Amino acid sequence: MNLHLELKNGTLTAALSGDIDHHAAGRLREEIDRTAEKVRPHTLRLDFSGVPFMDSSGVGLILGRVRLLSMWQGKVTVCGLSPQLRRMAELSGVGATAKLEDEERKKVEL
Amino acid sequence: MKNVVNRMDLQFPSLSVNEGFARGAVSSFLLGLDPLVNDLADLKTAVSEAVTNAVVHGYRDTVGTVYMSAKIFSDGSVSVKIRDKGCGIADVEKAMEPLFTTGGEERAGLGFAVMQTFCDRVKVVSAPGKGTAVTLYKRLSQKRDGE
Repeated sequence: MNLHLELKNGTLTAALSGDIDHHAAGRLREEIDRTAEKVRPHTLRLDFSGVPFMDSSGVGLILGRVRLLSMWQGKVTVCGLSPQLRRMAELSGVGATAKLEDEERKKVEL
Repeated sequence: MKNVVNRMDLQFPSLSVNEGFARGAVSSFLLGLDPLVNDLADLKTAVSEAVTNAVVHGYRDTVGTVYMSAKIFSDGSVSVKIRDKGCGIADVEKAMEPLFTTGGEERAGLGFAVMQTFCDRVKVVSAPGKGTAVTLYKRLSQKRDGE
């Protein structure tokens, strides 16, 4: 599990790679939150392009960050979901609170 | 009448690092069936949810043993049973409701919903103080059935 964080024009992008399960989610959460709380970005962009597998822990990770960002009226966008990951995200209704971007990185409202 | 044509049994401590091991082991065991990638991914996801439940809930404040046994049946269907001897679930029906969780803010409460969506059938047997056994059933389409 790897994480690359980049801040650009007030958007913090977290590029995730590797499987996301309960084991990996804990560390990811800590690292993302440590930076997010410091810089308070208006948008946190979670990029799942490098994630081959995710279970509902990944959904928990997204929803938890939506909650965190809402403390300063920030929003969360999600991109790079494979069809399998997208199924998981849609099953959870996570699209209601975080914006899911399609494969072309075009923003779509769900 | 369907027979068991292959089976495997594993046990491991309820450490979160073993969540990945468990789904990898199931995946390796089933590869000989030449399953469709999506079907295998679905089952792996369900296994991950069930093992995580054992780690997070069954053995909440302790480390215990998780027992996993997988079977391949003659009709090509498979079952994976994940069992713990942890705290058990008092109200299984309640625990299976989507979004219900006792796992705190970072748990989405979707574990059972995911298992039910990604498998054909899910059986849960639990008794408080005794533990929980979750059995996942799924028919895996084979690649040679036509993609």
